[in-house]
Amino acid sequence: MSIRNIWTIARKDFRAYFTSPIAYIVIAGFMVIMGWMFFFNLSHFNAQNMQYQQFNMGKGVSITDGIIRPLYGNMNVIFLLLVPFITMRLFAEEKKLHTIELLMTSPVSLIDMILGKFLSSFFLVSVMLGLTIVYPVVLFITGNPELGPIVTSYIGTLLLACCYLSLGIFFSSLTENQIVAGALTFAAGLFFWLVSWASQAAGSVWGDVLTYLSLISHYNNFGQGLINTSDVCYFLSFIGFGLFMTHRVLDSFRWR
Amino acid sequence: MIQVSHLTKLYGPHAAVSDLNFEVKKGEIVGFLGPNGAGKSTTMKILTGFMPATEGKVSVAGFDVFENPIEVKKNVGFLPENPPVYPDMTVQDYLDFSGRLHQIPKKNLQSAITQVLEKTALTQVRKRLIGNLSKGYRQRVGLAQALIHNPQVLILDEPTVGLDPKQIIEIRELIKGLAGDHTVILSSHILPEVTATCQRIIVINKGRIVAEDSLQELTARIRKGHIYSLMVKNPVQTGVEALRKIQGIHSVTAAGPKLVVEISPHAQEVRDQVIETAVKHQMGVLEFSAEKVSLEEIFLQLTTVENPSETTGATA
Repeated sequence: MSIRNIWTIARKDFRAYFTSPIAYIVIAGFMVIMGWMFFFNLSHFNAQNMQYQQFNMGKGVSITDGIIRPLYGNMNVIFLLLVPFITMRLFAEEKKLHTIELLMTSPVSLIDMILGKFLSSFFLVSVMLGLTIVYPVVLFITGNPELGPIVTSYIGTLLLACCYLSLGIFFSSLTENQIVAGALTFAAGLFFWLVSWASQAAGSVWGDVLTYLSLISHYNNFGQGLINTSDVCYFLSFIGFGLFMTHRVLDSFRWR
Repeated sequence: MIQVSHLTKLYGPHAAVSDLNFEVKKGEIVGFLGPNGAGKSTTMKILTGFMPATEGKVSVAGFDVFENPIEVKKNVGFLPENPPVYPDMTVQDYLDFSGRLHQIPKKNLQSAITQVLEKTALTQVRKRLIGNLSKGYRQRVGLAQALIHNPQVLILDEPTVGLDPKQIIEIRELIKGLAGDHTVILSSHILPEVTATCQRIIVINKGRIVAEDSLQELTARIRKGHIYSLMVKNPVQTGVEALRKIQGIHSVTAAGPKLVVEISPHAQEVRDQVIETAVKHQMGVLEFSAEKVSLEEIFLQLTTVENPSETTGATA
């Protein structure tokens, strides 16, 4: 493993996002949807609190519960939709263009290659997340939200997005068709979201297993301002496993 | 510089390459010649460490390809069949990236790029997107990529495909110029290609080496004598018969006005007699010239004549 090699790959792929329309489209789409959601959440929150005051029903809803949690919860869904477009090209395109031969015949190990690619998509996701800081800033200017849940929401969202990235990179390594890679990433990501639905029918032991496997159940704590080690462990293992599987897939292509 | 022994590569039950043995010395230019699907690309991909062999031992620049692939890759420049270029990068950025991949120190990177751009005559298009370049330019960008880290060994898979005749000559000169400092293996199914650049030729067919020698040796091996062509106005039968009777002439084949005369290598002086006889029979000599054996012929002979014994040997 060499930091320099990882950086070389990450730099090239991160730039490629911006020399093609991908980054602009994904970021613009993301910001439009998020902006709309923020506006909707905010006005709904205002209306709700106005009602509470009008009828003297007590304290009302906090900013954390009324805006932060739904906003970042929705952001996770948007990432589920958008990450496939970010990751689908990473290996599939290299295969299609035969540039994988350049990478594979350069003195760069597979691990460097995979980590470099992961890092490039991680940077793009970070840029997207970074742009959303404008919403908490608006809230801090106009109101008095709690900082803790915002920070944990960001940590949780970043970890969750990295899980999608890892999944997406894995599917991208399987095929040279970007559409196939993207569709599989979306389907698998959605599956890992919804897998806990079956937990009630599955009985106590399997129900727990399915709940534990579900991505969303691990995110919920972050949304409430909690950083739970088991959640962090789950996300990190998910990411690590996806990248490990990518390594196995790429290695196996050489042996075929 | 390159040693290959008992190299075998199986794709499922199908052997793409079987029991290949050869050696390339430092500074040599060796041509891999074979029809499509002969196993050239497979061999090259194994040499570069792109894929492992099923069996056998390959060492490049003193390192074993299986045990030390990273070291091998540092010393090898590879131009695959399809130039591995990114259409949405400029030539300059692409070479910058491949230079970094090959771990050229940052302070030498720009000078390495400038040098290689000059060598491959790409300086003018350095700022253009590769996707907008013609096939010939892309091929040269691929070649520039293989040269950027000044590798000891260059492996070029069909380097002049898609180039126009002028560019082909330029690339050939470039490759020739690399001999001495670099060891070059290039593959081709276009035969004059190999004749023009290579000192030694390895002919591969169906994954096996059928011949390995210099062009002269290969030519001599196939032909007993030397071939001349005699163009005449009237190819009269009596004249042809008379020619056949001359001592030292192996055969005379008439095809219209063209007579193909094969003369034993030890009886070159009979050429006078050929002319005399033709004149005597009033055949009206138009032209008398030595015919070079083309590589095509050698190739066909090697792959068709020698093969039956090999295939029967393999099935038995």
